[in-house]
Amino acid sequence: MSVWRGLVRRPVAMAGLVIALAFVVISLAAPLIAPYSPETMVPEGMTADGSPLPPNWQFWFGTDLLGRDLLSRMVYGARTSLLVGLLANGIALLIGSLIGLTAGFVRGIVGSILMRATDLMMAFPALILAITIAALVGPSIKNVILVIALVNTGPVARVVYAETTSLAEREFIAAERALGAGTARILFRHILPHLLPIIIVWGTLGISTTVLFEAILSYLGVGVQAPVPSWGNIVYDGQSYFQTAPWLVFFPGFAVATLALAVNLVGDALRDLLDPTLRGRH
Amino acid sequence: MPAYLARRLIQAALILLGVAAITYLLLYMLPADPARMVAGRTATKEQVDLVRMQLGLTQPIWEQFGKYLWKLLQGDLGRSYLQRTQVSELLGARLPASLLLMAGAIFCELAIGLTLGIIAGLRRASGVDHTLMVVALVFISTPQFVISLSMIYVFAYWLGWFPIGGYGEFKHLVLPAVTLGLLGGGWYARVTRSSVIEVLRQDFIRTARAKGLDRWRIVSVHILPNAILPIIAMVGIDIGYFMGSIVVVESVFGWPGIGQLTWQAIQQIDIPIIMGVTLLSACAIVLGNLLADLVAPLIDPRIKLR
Repeated sequence: MSVWRGLVRRPVAMAGLVIALAFVVISLAAPLIAPYSPETMVPEGMTADGSPLPPNWQFWFGTDLLGRDLLSRMVYGARTSLLVGLLANGIALLIGSLIGLTAGFVRGIVGSILMRATDLMMAFPALILAITIAALVGPSIKNVILVIALVNTGPVARVVYAETTSLAEREFIAAERALGAGTARILFRHILPHLLPIIIVWGTLGISTTVLFEAILSYLGVGVQAPVPSWGNIVYDGQSYFQTAPWLVFFPGFAVATLALAVNLVGDALRDLLDPTLRGRH
Repeated sequence: MPAYLARRLIQAALILLGVAAITYLLLYMLPADPARMVAGRTATKEQVDLVRMQLGLTQPIWEQFGKYLWKLLQGDLGRSYLQRTQVSELLGARLPASLLLMAGAIFCELAIGLTLGIIAGLRRASGVDHTLMVVALVFISTPQFVISLSMIYVFAYWLGWFPIGGYGEFKHLVLPAVTLGLLGGGWYARVTRSSVIEVLRQDFIRTARAKGLDRWRIVSVHILPNAILPIIAMVGIDIGYFMGSIVVVESVFGWPGIGQLTWQAIQQIDIPIIMGVTLLSACAIVLGNLLADLVAPLIDPRIKLR
């Protein structure tokens, strides 16, 4: 609970938390909030010569090239962003922690193999790898999630590994072992609780990484595909008319940056509060 | 030290071998058909099969990879499927543009990052510090394409100060370099700040203050040289991130570097080019990490290279 009190005392982090939660509420309540259906082409959503409308009283964020309400598309786009962000990050966190925990605790040959495999994963240029796989496998929301999870697993594994090895050498673990505790007990009762802070911090910061990743892949046209709206693919669709219809780029671009920033603010504060190695430094 | 370096270089070679093998397998297992891409949409099945044979794609995968590896050891990256040129030549032709962009980007990153980081570090826990760190976080949280497009809209389209894209003169370099500089600058600002704070806690700074040295002298002579090493380490780690970012930034600005080549190759399933770029990036990442590790004992003498 001291973490919560620490967060409350940091107004910037609280602002981040409120904004991030607002995005969650928006995506959950999308059908209630969106004034139009995200895929409906509204007849009055275009000028007589077929151009999109700038923001106005009827369409707050303007309309897109097909006369669809941009606000509604962005509200549903929040769903895509958060879905990919949470799922991809969750998978990376789970697998990465398992690899790091096993390698750090078991050591020996298994540990070496796992960590060398992690080194190998970290030597790949993540974005190039993700773009290549997404392009060649064929873009879909499922593939985007798997690809992002794949490239984000390595860093998590490395952090958890480093933390586990230093924990495993501490006296209280040796004492516990001398008292006759089994491996499972040591892992789940002693190591895992100590790992939780770092997993929470990385899990939070990872959400913003994955949200940005999804936006970039969709912006390049190899991520989430139309007609499913994603902030990235809204920019992808609108960028050729960028100079005449800048709202098609700026509103979704701003949304991605805001969500990522909000999550980063929370993650940063959590790191200050939870990471023992940083205590007293900031 | 020589033994350490030798072992690290052998490790690096093994990692690159692993990267080559995994990328190769991945590219040929994925359900995309390069032969169809080369032959064209209207080609008949016979034509596609012919192309497939010409590209050597009908041989068993391990045989293909063996040949690729054998050529790779001789410095041969193979030929592009579509451009019918040696991949090494294509990369060589694109490298100067990317290196130029990289130099510009690193300059901007350091200019932005060091300025923000030093000011924030010196005024630790003040309103200025908090504001600058939120600014740094804004840079980190904004995707490349949003910064790129915003730059183009404001400075090229609206103000007309710089061209929308292109290559050749200094004015073409400014927007893409600043775009990459803002992204990286956010990270550098954070590292510089912690590093400055760390140095400020040392006794010799207190001594310098007690001697009555003026503030600027303390910063330039005592703090900066001691705070700079983590930043050098950061440049090493940064290279891998940079290789990814240029794919987006070069495409948006029409910068004829390796990033643009990569993006075209990915769209055309030109596997030899994708392989070449991946290996080149992996080399850069591995060497960058090695640089960072070599710098580490200089930062903290307790760290021994083993």
